[in-house]
Amino acid sequence: MKRKDFIYYTGMGLGSLLLPKMPAFGREIDPAAALQGIDASVKKELADVALNAARAKGASYADVRIGRYLRQFVSTRDKRVQGVANTENYGVGIRVLVNGAWGFAATHTVTKDAIAKAAEQAVGVAKANARIQGEPVQLSPQKGYGEVSWKAPIEINAFEVPIKEKVDLLLQVNDIALQNGASFVTAVISAVNEQKYFASTDGSYIDQDIHRIYPTFNVTKIDRAAGKFMQRNALSAPMGMGYEYMHARPQDKLSGIVTRYKDRYDILEDVRNATKDVDEKLKAKSVEPGKYDLVLDPSHLWLTIHESVGHPTELDRVLGYEANYAGTSFLTLDKWQSKKFNFGNKLVNIVADKMQQGSLGAVGWDDEGVKCKEWDLIKDGVLVNYQAIRDQAHIIGLKESQGCCYSQGWDDIQFQRMPNVSLRPGKQKLSVDDLIKDVEKGIYIIGDGSYSIDQQRYNFQFGGQTFYEISKGKIVGMLNDVAYQSNTQEFWNSCAAICDANDYRLGGSFNDGKGQPSQSSAVSHGSSTTRFNGVNVINTARKIG
Amino acid sequence: MAILNKDEAQAILKKVLSFSKADETEVSLNGQQSGNIRYARNAVSTAGEVSNLNLSVSSSFGKRTGNATINEFDDASLAKVVARAEELARLAPENPEYMPLLGPSDFAESIGFIPSTAAMTPDTRADMVAQSLKVAKDSKLEAAGFLQNSAGFRSMMNSKGLFAYGKNTDVSFSVTVRNQEGTGSGYVDHSFNDVGKLDTLALTKTAATKATSSAGAKAIEPGRYTVILEPLAASDMLGGIIRGFEQRTADEGRSFMSKKGGGTRLGEQLFDEKVNIYSDPLHPELPGSTWNNDGMPVEKTIWVENGVVKNLACSRFWAQKKGIKPLAGPGGGRFGGGGMIMTGGTASVEDLIKNTEKGILVTRFWYIRMVDQQTLVQTGLTRDGTFYIENGQIKFPVKNFRFNESPIIMLNNVEELGKPVRSGSSILPPMKIRDFTFTSLSDAI
Repeated sequence: MKRKDFIYYTGMGLGSLLLPKMPAFGREIDPAAALQGIDASVKKELADVALNAARAKGASYADVRIGRYLRQFVSTRDKRVQGVANTENYGVGIRVLVNGAWGFAATHTVTKDAIAKAAEQAVGVAKANARIQGEPVQLSPQKGYGEVSWKAPIEINAFEVPIKEKVDLLLQVNDIALQNGASFVTAVISAVNEQKYFASTDGSYIDQDIHRIYPTFNVTKIDRAAGKFMQRNALSAPMGMGYEYMHARPQDKLSGIVTRYKDRYDILEDVRNATKDVDEKLKAKSVEPGKYDLVLDPSHLWLTIHESVGHPTELDRVLGYEANYAGTSFLTLDKWQSKKFNFGNKLVNIVADKMQQGSLGAVGWDDEGVKCKEWDLIKDGVLVNYQAIRDQAHIIGLKESQGCCYSQGWDDIQFQRMPNVSLRPGKQKLSVDDLIKDVEKGIYIIGDGSYSIDQQRYNFQFGGQTFYEISKGKIVGMLNDVAYQSNTQEFWNSCAAICDANDYRLGGSFNDGKGQPSQSSAVSHGSSTTRFNGVNVINTARKIG
Repeated sequence: MAILNKDEAQAILKKVLSFSKADETEVSLNGQQSGNIRYARNAVSTAGEVSNLNLSVSSSFGKRTGNATINEFDDASLAKVVARAEELARLAPENPEYMPLLGPSDFAESIGFIPSTAAMTPDTRADMVAQSLKVAKDSKLEAAGFLQNSAGFRSMMNSKGLFAYGKNTDVSFSVTVRNQEGTGSGYVDHSFNDVGKLDTLALTKTAATKATSSAGAKAIEPGRYTVILEPLAASDMLGGIIRGFEQRTADEGRSFMSKKGGGTRLGEQLFDEKVNIYSDPLHPELPGSTWNNDGMPVEKTIWVENGVVKNLACSRFWAQKKGIKPLAGPGGGRFGGGGMIMTGGTASVEDLIKNTEKGILVTRFWYIRMVDQQTLVQTGLTRDGTFYIENGQIKFPVKNFRFNESPIIMLNNVEELGKPVRSGSSILPPMKIRDFTFTSLSDAI
């Protein structure tokens, strides 16, 4: 196809009308440019320049990441397109180990000269650090894999789908909401493609192609007379998939009080339901604070897992490397060493993995050349492991890294990031209806809302999108102003039942922040609907006059 | 070299415009150099340097606009990027909210660039961190911190003759000091344009004192308390409030600035009369951009005077629709963010403590998230030094609390304001607030 024709068919002239400038996301490009890859042999040649220059300047170890990060945002509001942007962020980051200290430098100029200069700069940074370095960095051994590659197993590359198709779909979403009485609606599709090339002095040359997609919307309805408004967000999940996620099949839909989605998403059906939900929310009663049994849908529970299990099991947090920003962790090494720390009820089994198909965290190798795997974090309620990378593995007696090192871009240093962390489904057959039948006084929560947790991951508070009162085994109506507060260990010990694998779904975060300078990563969390008994619920309503 | 001076930037922008055939063209050229060092467990963990330079062209035919960007600067590349933007514009749908470009404006010269900050090297940063580490090691405490400096420039030119250029520097330092038992923690966080104002040794000593004095915290019942918020805690709570001073969302009925039954709260007494908030890009302690991305001047603006809402930021499109004057928010973006300055008195934190019969001193807040967008109720936790005050004295450290509170309610419960200082991208006084709502306790240290 000629480029001109491509432009015509994609309707790409919509290009970046009103999106705010987003330097963090990269340079704006046209979609045609997004389809032009960079040959691995070219990248290998550039990588070797970096590795040789670093070695020549005294590095005992070096790795280089040549990254091309493509992002596409298609955003609409009410009846108009707010913006379409295609961005590219392309450059080289070089990490070196000199005299036991790390150094890093990055450049947006992808030429041999600039790369050699950046390698030299990284060595300079490492030498400056070595002067005040305490214990030298201890890297776990890592075999070189030679020239290898990994591609996300997508069916439809979102960047090849005409923008017009996406715009038409989103405007249809908005139209459904407005036709059904919404005051405002925004709908967005974000797509990401990371084309990452990693090489190290261990002898690995790894070429990877990673895809992510996130469709979402927000429906707002205003009651001007009452002076209040209500909102509901999409029940989609960000996924490590291509555009096939947008093509829902009957087997991906779970019926119930509201339709929820498994491996595919029906945005048109969801917005219709969301518009009904905001109507109901405007009329819903305010919750009575007190103890309730909570029935948590995976579209909500993913975030509680993320905050209360994912983050506290990060070894860098446990050791104090995040003390100045995200904090430390209550899951101290002595608790792990005891081999009997009761994290949760025996039903609770939580697994870390970097391989689950369709997940946001799935890759072949991590950002320091370690092959990805799966391992248990919590087994039968007991803390059994953490998440560790190459310079931490020896601390917990591991011979190799667990392969969960990541950097958000070529211009940021890689460090320990959360893999997918998921609650295994229940082993006994159990449906959501059966779970609710046993609840005397409870609240069924769907969708993620506000979230907050302390710096050691004890005390947390979570909201949601929609809240349904359960009385004597039946859903009796919607509630407003609900948030639950608990303590991580207490909460996971109150876990009373987990639905079976038929209900298992992924949720996730497209932008999880950590580190200084702060970096964003994407991570999925799977679970089935789960019940927690006797959790403290507060009423969040206040008046501002 | 990612930092171009005014003449260098202007020459490139003029050349780019010379290739334009569109009805209207806007070109922006931005660059940044930054360096950082991070440490934990009394040792350096990571450090790095990054540079970036970027040119963006926006071409319009009528209400159709296309954008293209490049980071190569030879003549052929510049001509190519303009041609690509024009090609995209011809194919674009009309944007109903398109506003014609603005003509020349006499933007004030920005004052945010300090050469010594721009000149920092890996060795400069390592030396400053060494000072911080020395405090921790000498006191047998553990430090984790972060030091970052950056120098950047922004420039913009359009086919109607508008040209804007500004450069800035920034250096920020934060450190958490904990005792070895993990029972006490202290924190400081300061940002400056001028590295000469940054004393990592003194700041680390402050954090170390907090770490020692916060050890052995007692649990007291959550509830409503008079609180004294140090400037850092105040900025954690209030830093984002300025974004709500915005006309369109207020008119649309989905902001705390919206009035029941319709209309906005402009002109209303929304806060205690001790509350005065303004922004000023030429404030020496908090210099900012004197123009925004729409080519509008950013000037000193009073947002709240004696508790009354005086202004709401308004985009050019919305202003035209409503028949009112557009107004740039603080900062360089369309609606700003940061750049909030709140006036106060002359009292220090110690003075505020002396005048307090019973209360809680809060060093900082953490993990603040919105619970209700309508009332701005937020939840979060105290962190790194929370103390019980009785009869004008700090009596003992207390366990951290979770709060559920609205900054709007907070600013109606002001008892006393102290002497303002810069904290992050705001200048705020320490403040004494009555009836602040703590809802539960946390074991976190």
